[in-house]
Amino acid sequence: MAVLTTVLSLAAVSAVLSVFIIVAELFLNNYGDCQVDINRGERKLTVKGGDSLLSSLSGQAIFLPSACGGKATCGLCKVRVLDGAGPLLPTEEPYLSAEEISQGIRLSCQIKVKRDLQILIPEELFNIRQFMTRIERIDRLTHDILGLRLTLEEPDAIRFKAGQYVQLYTEPYGKVKEKVFRAYSMASAPSDQHAVELIVRLVPEGICTTYVHQVLKPGDTVKLSGPYGDFYLRGACSELVLIAGGSGLAPIRSLILDILEKELPYKMTFFFGAVRRADLYYVQEMNDLAARYPQFRFIPGLSKPEPADDWQGETGLITEIVSRYVPDSQDKEAYLCGSPGMINACLSVLNQKGFTEETIFYDKF
Amino acid sequence: MVDSPSISPWVIFFASILTSNMILSNFLGMCSYISISGEYKTASGLGKAVSLVLVLTMGVNYAIYHLVIRPLGLEYVQYIVFIMVIAASVQVIEMAMDRFLPDLHRKLGIFLPLITVNCAILGSTLFMVIRNYGLFQALLFALGSGLGWWLAISALAAIREKIARNKLPRGLAGPGIAFIITGLMALAFIGFSGIFAVQ
Repeated sequence: MAVLTTVLSLAAVSAVLSVFIIVAELFLNNYGDCQVDINRGERKLTVKGGDSLLSSLSGQAIFLPSACGGKATCGLCKVRVLDGAGPLLPTEEPYLSAEEISQGIRLSCQIKVKRDLQILIPEELFNIRQFMTRIERIDRLTHDILGLRLTLEEPDAIRFKAGQYVQLYTEPYGKVKEKVFRAYSMASAPSDQHAVELIVRLVPEGICTTYVHQVLKPGDTVKLSGPYGDFYLRGACSELVLIAGGSGLAPIRSLILDILEKELPYKMTFFFGAVRRADLYYVQEMNDLAARYPQFRFIPGLSKPEPADDWQGETGLITEIVSRYVPDSQDKEAYLCGSPGMINACLSVLNQKGFTEETIFYDKF
Repeated sequence: MVDSPSISPWVIFFASILTSNMILSNFLGMCSYISISGEYKTASGLGKAVSLVLVLTMGVNYAIYHLVIRPLGLEYVQYIVFIMVIAASVQVIEMAMDRFLPDLHRKLGIFLPLITVNCAILGSTLFMVIRNYGLFQALLFALGSGLGWWLAISALAAIREKIARNKLPRGLAGPGIAFIITGLMALAFIGFSGIFAVQ
């Protein structure tokens, strides 16, 4: 009986205190509606004041990166504030350099929205959205690689830089109860705004790739988010060395199509490495492009061609082939996409030729 | 049941400021006292916040103690209940400060929510329980304790601001010299003892 009274009285006291806090919060934390002006009028949001800028933005489907969930321990949620954020807080100081502070860069998880704000968000982050898409087409490219074309339904357009990736979300299937998401580079050109093309290689026991290969059919809906990633063209050069292996062709294809469409004057050489002929795909398309555009050269290479392949092209490891064709790093940038092993091997070859961290860009998966 | 002591509430009030000063006689509430006493305005602001929390929580705790805890015989959970009340009050005061005094709120930073664990607050409530104060006595005791805390931290801040530009022995800058000054002030306040006796 005594236990019951204790429990009930403690519960009652806690309840009363909670009500007290809630009521106080309603009155005191009520900053009314505040307007957040993003990128000088490009987008204006009206949010309820009282929350952090980070959560207010994510409530409006603008996702700034955050690893710590707003505790000011990761420093990833930086945003540039033009007006309305109040003075710098001590919790932000450890993550901002003096230069950043002078530019008005703040941690969005620490800024409380109390009045109208004017902020600048980098284009890349601003463009990140969640998309509902529908599978338009599934092509079998090789024995273990599928090409997907997904039409964007809601929203119906994506803005991205060639080379970036999206995240694909799976639904539970068969024995798999969990939902996962995995990253896949977009193989389509940015001009193809209303659709996204992906290249997915089946990984044994892979939850997402099995989902793509065995469960998805044309007409199914798929959730995507993006665009993400900092693998895109820098272009401070006149020639590009492009290297891909397996499903790594995706971002490279996007880069090539984009550059040719925009008629940018880069000389491009694309080295596509595989083991045998059956692993190659999109060969016809690449050969057509090479025939039409003198600035683009396509060099597929097989490391172990089979006699039945009747292979006339380059043979050997992709690193050897690259070494043969690329004399030096003069006025060149290199873009690589493939397995970590392939990338590391290519990195050493490229370093030997004189390429540095500033002129090599890669996407390891 | 023991009756409340027959000391005049006003005697309690003045005693808690001078002779039983929370900081200088009881050494309660030291951590924010030492940390925030660098700048006079901030220290004064914190002192006022602590006083406000003290009076507010003393009132609520008195009510809960006499209406809920004593009648139901729940003395063994009184610490938990008091701390919950203190935590809730500090939350609300923090929200109010963020709204109406944002500059002070920013300057106090983490030390505002740290008032919750300031032993002067819980200490005052427990003194109220131990000494069995009546309502008016308790409230004036709380107000006096708060003002005494405010007095001590403001004095320390004023002194520290004054010596801020002086050259101190390297290890003593900051908390070191603060403790020494506090000790000297405490020695001085011993001079007040004997004026009023409340212990």
